[in-house]
Amino acid sequence: MTGPKNLESRTKHIRETWAKRCNKVLYMSSVKTDFPTVELNVSEGRDNLYWKTIRAFQYIHRHHLDEADWFLKADDDTFVVVDNLRYVLSKYDPEKPWYVGRRFTPFVSQGYMSGGAGYVLSKEALRRFIKGFDTGQCTHFSTIEDMALGKCMETMKVKLADSRDVKGRQTFHPYPPRYYLIRQQPRPRPWYLIYEHYEPIEGPGCCSDFVVSFHYIYGVQLYALEYLTYHLRPYGYKHRFNPDEETELNKEALVGV
Amino acid sequence: MLSEGGSFMKGMVMGGLFCLVLSFLGSFSPSLESSTDDHHHHHHVKAQSNDELTHFSDSQMQQLISEVRVSCIIMVQPKILVYWATAVDTWSKHCDKAVFYTSESSKALEAVDLNEKDEWARLRKALKHAYENAGDLRWFFVAQPTTFAIIENLKYLVLTKDASQPFYLGNVMKSGELEYVAYDGGIVLSYEALKRLVHVFQDEAKCPERGRALWKLSEEKQIAVCLKYTGVFAENGEDVHGKGVFNSKSVDSLITDSMKDNPTNVVEGCCSDMAVTFNGMSPNQMQVMMFGVYRLRPYGHDFHDSLTFYPPEGSDND
Repeated sequence: MTGPKNLESRTKHIRETWAKRCNKVLYMSSVKTDFPTVELNVSEGRDNLYWKTIRAFQYIHRHHLDEADWFLKADDDTFVVVDNLRYVLSKYDPEKPWYVGRRFTPFVSQGYMSGGAGYVLSKEALRRFIKGFDTGQCTHFSTIEDMALGKCMETMKVKLADSRDVKGRQTFHPYPPRYYLIRQQPRPRPWYLIYEHYEPIEGPGCCSDFVVSFHYIYGVQLYALEYLTYHLRPYGYKHRFNPDEETELNKEALVGV
Repeated sequence: MLSEGGSFMKGMVMGGLFCLVLSFLGSFSPSLESSTDDHHHHHHVKAQSNDELTHFSDSQMQQLISEVRVSCIIMVQPKILVYWATAVDTWSKHCDKAVFYTSESSKALEAVDLNEKDEWARLRKALKHAYENAGDLRWFFVAQPTTFAIIENLKYLVLTKDASQPFYLGNVMKSGELEYVAYDGGIVLSYEALKRLVHVFQDEAKCPERGRALWKLSEEKQIAVCLKYTGVFAENGEDVHGKGVFNSKSVDSLITDSMKDNPTNVVEGCCSDMAVTFNGMSPNQMQVMMFGVYRLRPYGHDFHDSLTFYPPEGSDND
């Protein structure tokens, strides 16, 4: 999701980095350009964000439904590790109604996914979202996009997936890394962790090695994260977290017998 | 009257000239008379490629791994306590041995208290202490806690190099005729280089503890001058592609430069995948860097490296 004034300063850098790893990327804006951007009949601004999101999903449903199984909504200041997103989604069936992201608790009884961290709708979830608006079961009852969409998901009986890794560490993050990773003394939840559905962990245990997203990431930060994720590495290092290793060893043991 | 003024002026001029000459001599780094013939001026030390490593047998690799152990010499001060604590909690855990040398002790953190205010004298004492307590360690990495290091990549860089040969590596800078390793990018010394350095410390003429010059050379330049006398020259550490692996700047700073210089290829044009050091990051940034270096990665990318380095015991942020 972007707009004319951010194309040069933000969206361009996304196009240079993680957008290339999507099977398909669409840049949603109020104005059509050669960037290329899709023109949605909506004005810019935070108050129009939910309208923009609704129109974006309607556009995708009309023109691109069969080109993907999963539909990620992200902002032009989000950093996404697409390989890790695929890993999280691989556990779920896209023909079932799933909604994946960073789970928040209030306002909607089943909860909703943080908009800032980015969220993903399965193909079936997208169909139900569109149907909700077609039938009037879902409406633009609020300008708070993520919460309002979450309410529609609840109405249309779409389930919230748990995007955490097998150690319970988060993959989607609504803020930059420094908000979570810095060691803290045990303390009451800071403001940016108030809405968390799962009990938040501060310090190194906050975040999965296979991070999916960080938010409020611009220009230099975006490239820096890209460098740290895909380029810089400690040669020969045997990572502590190897979620598939055990299952591989078990398979070998069985075959041996 | 006129003649008195005249001799006074002559005296002033003579004295001034004499002073200039003395201080010029004091900072003059003489060219070395080649006492040894193998005065090979390699200015770059490159890591070996993965292909080259496949030529080693398993037992040879095991041998190399067991020999490439790094002793970290970290020069700290209580006034930068947060950096000191951060180094303890982050990258220094990956050294085979990490010793902190301080100007004065702190109740909060352990260090060898050299009880020495002068920075050059302190560094000399630390190097001497490290040499005398080397045990079977053969590679030495000297840094301040404002530098962040990836020791595995240091090991990879020197893996096939012989520590009984003199190596003095890092981010090489040039000042006039003198090439020296920038302190803030970290200084790597092989056992032989450290041995020669510690021995030339005893030569007050070549390598004085308290400088004679009107202006003092920085420690990083003093090391270069002293090592030069022993036939050891600064060499730039580089990866297989010739990219420098020791950085005196932070990741953000290098990326910013690259966005200006290579706008269509920012990350590739920036820094080495096998970078060893960065400088200028805050303590909080270093905590994030631990995650970024040792944990954050894309699922499914395997590298088939020729050797394995295991995570350190009792650490939860790597």
